[in-house]
Amino acid sequence: MLYLDIVRSPYAHAKIKNINIEEALATPGVVSVVTGKDLDAHGLASMPTLMSDKQMVLPIDKVKYQAQEVAAVVATSRYAAADGVEAVEVDYEPLPVVVDPFKALEDGATKVRDDKDSNLIWHWETGDKDATDKVFDEADIVVEQSMYIPRIHVVSIETCGCVASFEPIEGKLTLYMTTQAPHAIRTVLALVAGHVGLSEEKIRVIAPDIGGGFGGKVPIYPGYIIAVAVSFLTGKPVKWIEDRSENLQADSFARDYHIKAALSAKKDGTLTAIKIKTVADHGYTDAAANPSKFPAGLFHICTGSYDFKQAHVEVDGVYTNKPPGGIAYRCSFRVTEAVHCLERMTDIMAHELDIDPAELRMKNFIRPEQFPYSSVLGWEYDSGDYEKALRKAMEMIEYDKLREEQKEKRARGELMGIGISSFTEVVGAGPSKDYDILGLKMFDSAEIRVHPTGKVMARFGTKSQGQGHETTYAQIIAEELGIPPEHIQIEEGDTDTAPYGLGTYASRSTPVAGAAGALAARKIHDKAKKIAAHLLEASEEDLEWEQGKFFVKGSPDRSKTIQEIAFAAYTNHPQGRSGHLLRPTQLDLSFRLLHLCRRHRPGHGRSQDPPFRRRGRLRCSHQPDDRRGADPWRSHDGDGARASRRDLL
Amino acid sequence: MSTHSITLKVNGEEHTREVEARLLLVHLIREELELTGTHIGCDTTSCGACTILLNGRPVKSCTMFAVQASGAEIASVEGLATNGNLHPIQEGFTEKHGLQCGYCTPGMMMTTVALLKDNPNPNEEDIRWGVAD
Ligand code: FES
Repeated sequence: MLYLDIVRSPYAHAKIKNINIEEALATPGVVSVVTGKDLDAHGLASMPTLMSDKQMVLPIDKVKYQAQEVAAVVATSRYAAADGVEAVEVDYEPLPVVVDPFKALEDGATKVRDDKDSNLIWHWETGDKDATDKVFDEADIVVEQSMYIPRIHVVSIETCGCVASFEPIEGKLTLYMTTQAPHAIRTVLALVAGHVGLSEEKIRVIAPDIGGGFGGKVPIYPGYIIAVAVSFLTGKPVKWIEDRSENLQADSFARDYHIKAALSAKKDGTLTAIKIKTVADHGYTDAAANPSKFPAGLFHICTGSYDFKQAHVEVDGVYTNKPPGGIAYRCSFRVTEAVHCLERMTDIMAHELDIDPAELRMKNFIRPEQFPYSSVLGWEYDSGDYEKALRKAMEMIEYDKLREEQKEKRARGELMGIGISSFTEVVGAGPSKDYDILGLKMFDSAEIRVHPTGKVMARFGTKSQGQGHETTYAQIIAEELGIPPEHIQIEEGDTDTAPYGLGTYASRSTPVAGAAGALAARKIHDKAKKIAAHLLEASEEDLEWEQGKFFVKGSPDRSKTIQEIAFAAYTNHPQGRSGHLLRPTQLDLSFRLLHLCRRHRPGHGRSQDPPFRRRGRLRCSHQPDDRRGADPWRSHDGDGARASRRDLL
Repeated sequence: MSTHSITLKVNGEEHTREVEARLLLVHLIREELELTGTHIGCDTTSCGACTILLNGRPVKSCTMFAVQASGAEIASVEGLATNGNLHPIQEGFTEKHGLQCGYCTPGMMMTTVALLKDNPNPNEEDIRWGVAD
């Protein structure tokens, strides 16, 4: 195993004048030092982001944020790699830094990106501006507020990391990594490194049990790509585990929305319109893990649970000298920002009108009879009874009593606050009309296998980070098939075995993959019914289902359990319903001649080993073992490594 | 980098190793002794995922050098179960589903073992202080 550690920039914006790796290479245990130029020679110095922007893996000439990856040291131990990082000398020329997104938008501001015309990434707006302005003009009361929802880091208890293991003989990469979306990562990797031979069928991503994600394990960080590149070039497994300070400084963030909102109402408390202008700080590239088709994600859910007749939203995405990101933490993408804004404005309005905030909300909730409801900004709400939910919550906390207590306390000079917030979220990413990531749209899948004994293996394209999918999915399938959940084994996270899926984030796994599981189980249920009818010599219409078994209507003792049916599915199925089973009708008698040969390559003095022997030897020399010394088949130079691989194959 | 010979007992088994002075105890446990139940969450003595018992006291093994543990008796999560039977604390965590992703759970269990040894009937405040220790 080789270990990777990363040299990071102390500057938020600087020219890299020189990188001196001499001393690092002379450090005991250091195997190589990788720079942007090395990666560039293989077309791997940059990668596309999930928003189709461009992100550096390692910089060639400039760094764009503090703690950006500048070079990587590969060594035989994590400690030696850290020594190597200390020994790399980088000569920087600091450049002016843009950290305030408002200043970034001013004329003459320093440009964060040399390849762009300005620091404005995109401007996006939705809703009818003129109609909204008109409502504001006619309003009895208007409140305004600016709010900043700061940049946060999600801090999963396990940091990000991977072991990239490229097997040169098969040309196959196995990447063990802490990812919430193993299949999407595989596809992105194929897009990034397909040109060097890592096409999608040659990549296996395995996300084992991982210690929390919270959105932070959706993006692809440069460290992963560097580890893959180093493993590819050396033919050895490479481990990269970031430490906590790297995780906090350089990994993806959530929020960083500067919001200016205005809310209009009638005197009686009827909310009439909302206007929102937002400046979104995206850092130096737009690398948001945004599964929607809208640049600001689902931010236009900002009319929330209330019946607004007009609304208008504008968002400007801005480049600054900060780490890239934008992830869905604790909600779907940009929903928390929208809800925070709306609920805060509602409270301000309640205060202004001197109406109880609960009452103001009740007055403006979408009413049950309005469902299905289309929001003015284009979302479809299927059902709901928001007033009932709020009343119930108020009863539970004894709201009136709390207000009394608050009054008493305030009279005594003691402060007590009571907060109310409703939260209408768009979850279950999502219908292709509104959702997409890299053109893959959004979907998920489940694959269920029933074994002859009626036990089940179910695989999903999602990846739990502690949400307990093993329990949830097993319960869903158990309910559909009438078997105990403990008879169901759930697996996810291995792209070689699990069906394709878009992963776990933004509150999507149970509604999407869970639903896929239910649908697949229903298909099995239907098939089971056909087999039961065959076994019971009854027509399907005459069968009834009761948890775990089919029985003939009126004669409950003529029944077949799902376990009996499962066994019959392999052994005694009705004609034409064998699925993919091949049933040989007679024994296959094979006759073989064993033919051995040794081949000579013309011009070679020695005989060439049969391929299997050669493979065997190579395999041995690629055992992930540090102690065996230098690998005779690999140089640490990229081109050399490739040339030798070509020779071998 | 100077190396030192250290001997320590981990889960009842004695180990002698030649280690660099800077090797962290958690790395000795995980990488050298291959007891990977002890996890690293923060590297900075904040999270407790790496908690082990050093001579019976809970210690964050990410903030101690291996050489400092020479001569000590260490218990890691792998030593909790005996003869294939879970430790009552492990049973308790299982029964009450005392975890979410499970990453810090080994440290939480070791801390709990130590807490209950000192104070078999802790109240909520004792527990809060105990696990934050
Ligand atoms: S790893 Fe967090 S306290 Fe040691």
